[in-house]
Amino acid sequence: MTSISMTVNGKAVTADVEDRTLLVDYIRESLRLTGTHVGCDTSQCGACVVHVDGKAVKSCTMLAAAAAGSEVTTIEGVANGDLHPMQKAFNDNHGLQCGFCTPGMIMSGIDMVNRYKAEGKTLDEAAIRAELEGNICRCTGYHNIVKSISQAAGEM
Amino acid sequence: MHNTTYHKASSAAEAASLLSGADDGALLAGGQTLIPTMKQRLAAPSDLVDISGVAELKGISVSGSSVTIGAMTTHAEVASSAELRAVCPGLADLAGHIGDPAVRHRGTLGGSVANNDPAADYPAAMLALGATIKTNTREIAADDFFQSMFTTALDEGEMIVSVSFEAPEKGAYAKFPNPASRYAMCGVFVAKGAGGVRVAVTGAGDDGVFRSADMEAALSSNFAADALDGVTVSPNGMLSDIHGDAAYRANLVKVMAKRATAAA
Repeated sequence: MTSISMTVNGKAVTADVEDRTLLVDYIRESLRLTGTHVGCDTSQCGACVVHVDGKAVKSCTMLAAAAAGSEVTTIEGVANGDLHPMQKAFNDNHGLQCGFCTPGMIMSGIDMVNRYKAEGKTLDEAAIRAELEGNICRCTGYHNIVKSISQAAGEM
Repeated sequence: MHNTTYHKASSAAEAASLLSGADDGALLAGGQTLIPTMKQRLAAPSDLVDISGVAELKGISVSGSSVTIGAMTTHAEVASSAELRAVCPGLADLAGHIGDPAVRHRGTLGGSVANNDPAADYPAAMLALGATIKTNTREIAADDFFQSMFTTALDEGEMIVSVSFEAPEKGAYAKFPNPASRYAMCGVFVAKGAGGVRVAVTGAGDDGVFRSADMEAALSSNFAADALDGVTVSPNGMLSDIHGDAAYRANLVKVMAKRATAAA
């Protein structure tokens, strides 16, 4: 067992975990933040994307112990009173059907908008589609997800 | 995943000592291959020594045309380095097409090079650029480093510190990703530098990354995509699987080499 401390959605948390505990399992099972999903569990689908120190990562492919000392943001931590512009955009554009992939889509969407803004690059439709390489949706055909991220990019 | 004991190293020296003190230890870089492998129980190291936070193993430095990249530099950092892009855009582009954005935030150059996956992108770049792989004990030329699929010249307990190379006059990478896994079914890095033309192929060979002497000779006399028209790539030694047979991959080698040359 390892004692780990980190900040999750702005709150300091400490726990004793088995060394092999995945970050996603710590988030879901110990912290009971079940908005972060496990889809494929093989780092392909992106349902488990969270931000670690401001960067999107697949939390099924990182140990909780490796995130010790980090600031972690999950889907539960992005709204600030009102919905985050990315959440609102998914609502406005019907950017989901079953919703299973949505937390990961939103976390990846926020990450790509932040990166493109920081680098002064334009996040056009082709760029959004390329950036969504690691997020799989089996319902929507992606069109409304792309529209949602595009809308949020203009509002963030 | 089988149980393991996690250690976070704060220096390269500490990592080496933790590793040598472990029963059956493994270095944990970005973990984008090792963690999935452990989850499938294909690997079960007694100890994991996490070197992703070791500052001395990170960073990109460019001096003239000399480039050094720390082993724990992530794919995202390589892809977005303006300094590197100015002298070797082909390598920055290669890094920007590994995995997906979240994988690129964790995965590292050193981890990829040490794993030497037969479909990984970086080994082709290291071989084509004639890079030197610096470890905690010695320096190894890329030509000697990549021995066979998943096999390198690294000894037990040896750790990659950085890679360095001279930026080529021209250099680019082209890959044909598997439509499902996005791993390279064939990736070719072409570089024209002071030491001549080097062409390295990943994803296609049944024994890992390799150089193509025929294509190097053709491009040495004329560095243009159509100079490769007359080169015949043999299907002998190519991977053959449900994704593509050996003849298909041999053809891909030539097509990707032409695309890389045109882009360089």
